[in-house]
Amino acid sequence: MQAHNEHDPGEIPHGLPHRDAVGGFGSDESEPTGQQEAGPLVRPYVIAQGRDHADTVRLDMISVVIAAKRAEVDEMALEPEQLRILELCRRPQSVAEVSAHLDIPVAVVKVLLSDLLNRGLALARAPYTAKSPVSRDVLQAVLDGIQRL
Amino acid sequence: MASKDSDNDDQAPVPSALKILVAGGFGAGKTTMVGSVSEIAPLSTEEVMTEASYGIDDLSGVESKGTTTVALDFGRITISPTLVLYLFGTPGQERFWFMWEELSEGALGAIVIADTRRLETCFAAVDFFERRGVPFVVAVNCFEGAHRYEEDEVRDALSLDPSIPVVLSDARDRESSKNVLLTLVNRVAERMAA
Repeated sequence: MQAHNEHDPGEIPHGLPHRDAVGGFGSDESEPTGQQEAGPLVRPYVIAQGRDHADTVRLDMISVVIAAKRAEVDEMALEPEQLRILELCRRPQSVAEVSAHLDIPVAVVKVLLSDLLNRGLALARAPYTAKSPVSRDVLQAVLDGIQRL
Repeated sequence: MASKDSDNDDQAPVPSALKILVAGGFGAGKTTMVGSVSEIAPLSTEEVMTEASYGIDDLSGVESKGTTTVALDFGRITISPTLVLYLFGTPGQERFWFMWEELSEGALGAIVIADTRRLETCFAAVDFFERRGVPFVVAVNCFEGAHRYEEDEVRDALSLDPSIPVVLSDARDRESSKNVLLTLVNRVAERMAA
């Protein structure tokens, strides 16, 4: 592992500081900054190791993600939040749902997810967009689905 | 992404998603309507936005680069194993209009909830969807104790194009909300045929 490129997103290059920073998600509830306001906004970016949208796969709020069934997961190579995402995505979930269920901002979920996608641990499907408009069949399916509610 | 595993029978299909926006003023009943038809209790997610990147001046002077957290409530309707519909309640406040640009991207359509006690609170949403060409319907939320308006009165007050459906509704009632959704999807289908 040590021989890997330090930019490999799955590595935990700075080990413990990140653990501390994400403690709020695990059993350790200690809040190092004590700043209630700033805490939740700042810490997730530490989870994402300072990366932003630049190197992420294009994901939408409603891109649907599912954990790859037969993938071998090297738990040590992933962030704890990524393991939680894989657990949650045994059933298809949108990026927005992952964000809501795990209480991680959408932008950070996208970063963590795109890493999982690049590793082949999850699959995603882009939503319908203006460029790929819905067909009549899809509209009819939606009408039928709403009727059944 | 899925093609790589297409020969894997065990791998469940990854559904495609569609979204419908539910807009309206604060307290107009957006989340109530979403909850009345959603298969899950409405979820809330927060998107952190850098205000500066959206051209909003930092008037406070407290921080050079402000971020704002935008809360979105949403619900889910599973149409089929390959299709999921999400309903997003959009923030009603003016300062979040920029979010709608992002949210309205690729939306199937929108429901504008008109609260007749404060009809002006939905003007912005009507303007927005008209300008963007997003198909929409107006759902007049009939609150108890509020004066009942006729559909035509609301249509007049909002200066709506005659083709835009106006539906009287009760956001708490599933059948009523279903009716609003069906009206919208039928409207989308009409526009597609046109």
